[in-house]
Amino acid sequence: MTETAIGGRPSAISKKDAAASEQSAGAPENNGAPNEAQKSLRTDLLKSMLLQRRFEERCAEAYALGKIGGFCHLYIGQEAISSGTMSLLRPDDYVVTSYRDHGQALARGMSPRSVMAELFGRKDGCSGGKGGSMHLFDKNVNFLGGHGIVGGHVPLAAGVGWAIKYRGGDQVCVCFFGEAAVNIGAFHEALNMASLWKLPVVFVIENNRYGMGTEISRATANEDVVARAAAYRMPGESVDAQDVFAVRDAMGRAIQLARVQRQPTLLEMKTYRFMGHSMSDAASGTYRSREELEENMKRDPILLLHERINAEGDLTEGEFAKIDEEAKAIAQDAWDYADSNPEPPLEELYNHVYVDTTS
Amino acid sequence: MAVLTYRDALNQALREELQRDDRVFLMGEEVAQYNGAYKVSKGLLDEFGPMRVVDTPITELGFAGVGVGSAMVGLRPVIEFMTWNFALLALDQVVNAAAKMLYMSNGQFPMPMVFRGPNGSALQLSAQHSQAWESWVAHIPGLKVITPGTPADAKGLLKSAIRDDNPVVFLEGEMLYNTKGEVPDGEYTIPIGKAELKREGDACTIVTHGKMVLVAMQAADTLAKEGIAVDVVDLRTVRPMDVETIATSVRKTNRAVVLEEGWEICGVGAQTVDFIQRECFDDLDSPVLRVHQEDVPMPYAKNLERAAKPDAAKAIAAVKKVMYLA
Repeated sequence: MTETAIGGRPSAISKKDAAASEQSAGAPENNGAPNEAQKSLRTDLLKSMLLQRRFEERCAEAYALGKIGGFCHLYIGQEAISSGTMSLLRPDDYVVTSYRDHGQALARGMSPRSVMAELFGRKDGCSGGKGGSMHLFDKNVNFLGGHGIVGGHVPLAAGVGWAIKYRGGDQVCVCFFGEAAVNIGAFHEALNMASLWKLPVVFVIENNRYGMGTEISRATANEDVVARAAAYRMPGESVDAQDVFAVRDAMGRAIQLARVQRQPTLLEMKTYRFMGHSMSDAASGTYRSREELEENMKRDPILLLHERINAEGDLTEGEFAKIDEEAKAIAQDAWDYADSNPEPPLEELYNHVYVDTTS
Repeated sequence: MAVLTYRDALNQALREELQRDDRVFLMGEEVAQYNGAYKVSKGLLDEFGPMRVVDTPITELGFAGVGVGSAMVGLRPVIEFMTWNFALLALDQVVNAAAKMLYMSNGQFPMPMVFRGPNGSALQLSAQHSQAWESWVAHIPGLKVITPGTPADAKGLLKSAIRDDNPVVFLEGEMLYNTKGEVPDGEYTIPIGKAELKREGDACTIVTHGKMVLVAMQAADTLAKEGIAVDVVDLRTVRPMDVETIATSVRKTNRAVVLEEGWEICGVGAQTVDFIQRECFDDLDSPVLRVHQEDVPMPYAKNLERAAKPDAAKAIAAVKKVMYLA
């Protein structure tokens, strides 16, 4: 295991940003003294990230066995973004995301059973078996999908922000999408309106450098994607998103701006996916090299967090292993639940095409 | 009953629904300060303010998506497209988001919203500004599609559309805004999905909707002078289609002509004919004929445009043909 320095602030964050962080985020993540709240936070982040990882490893297995069908886009390697973000949101905030949505759904608190049952196409899946991997929804935790058209959901986030402003609320909406989505019109239209109307939205580019098999340099004239924030007069920040604390720093500032000032922000989360675009392509060999993949896997966000936890002395190896076993057990329980859950009854075919109500 | 223009009937419907439910807001290009490109929203900004009547940038996909997002969390947007020709840019939001959200989420996220605006050709606006979109949207499960042809229907159906908890596509006839008609006084709504027999006869049924209702009525007037009395069935709602009212009429007249503004291939009329052959096969005395726009993009020159459009003369010719009179 390569040792990676994780204690300091990541280099992608400028000194100016760092200063802003100290001002806005309240207590710094690490003020030197052991702190139970900080330790507990680190442990919770670890649990959240490990759950996503172990859950999705089982997804890959289930896909290979034909228990999961269709498209299945895994999030493995990017978990610091979901866990870091969700750790800062209130229950009444909103999340909208793309089709690579399992990690965010779990981190937001959706039931692993209901997510796995959805992936298996079963009756008690979070979307009743009608949505599948790309369309996870859960109104109870304000998880507004799971959307399958690249960039198409970005205006929806602006709409949620509009509704918050309309009602005079102080919630925020966080919207996730990949770096390839910044080239589609919907992205620009949404950012323009969000800034023009001061909507409380945080737009999060998860830059894993590949839009399916196309590397960013082959698709995007200016690879500095966060520069696009300037076009819409909103703050933009680029983050080393393999470091969950860097994610929390930047996200904390953006959420605060949205909540207090209704100022939208564009965040670029620099990350890497360790699997293929979906289950139908190999992790490496066609559009990226094995060496590149292995180099990036050295900065596995869970390893980095583990090292930090070790450095802080939060957990023994035995305690760490126990948390990992718990994550595996939850994934197994989700699998067992999904596997034994019945398929949706055929009467469901025509249910929910229309709702039979008026207001 | 008051005599109102189609425009004023729509304006009344919007005003009444904005008054009735503070979750309702109107959003689109030029709807507020400019009072609407076609003045449908005249006076609404002054009465309801800029959060309820909202000018947008020229960004159809974007503000359609804003509507969808706001509907997901309980608002009831009325999204105005300056014309449906521009709405084509927003179809991803109408089709992939609004129409499917309820189903994809297993009923968790209804879409109580209306997409509305002028549809169909006007005069000499040529190809990109002159097209009838109902067959495109009527294809999509999850949407309701309304095409009012009269001021009374415009008002009653728009109020129903705004109150409906499903996404409704509301297609206004661009050439109808100045037309006048009696509109019932006071609060009233018209149920979505109910056709209306606009004129009674026994010789033939003309099934139509939207702007073509006027054309059908003109044709019926002319035919009446020749002693041919026709039923005119105004669908009013294209999806869901009121098959029963169509079938009842065709079982009486034994002949049908289907008249629409759009193109022939996969048009609303094609679906109507399918329903008729299924429901009325043994009642028909002749093949059902269709009248529609010629299968060309709309030309600019007056004579070519006239030739491209369906009109009363074409409808009359079709009626006579199904009656074996021509």
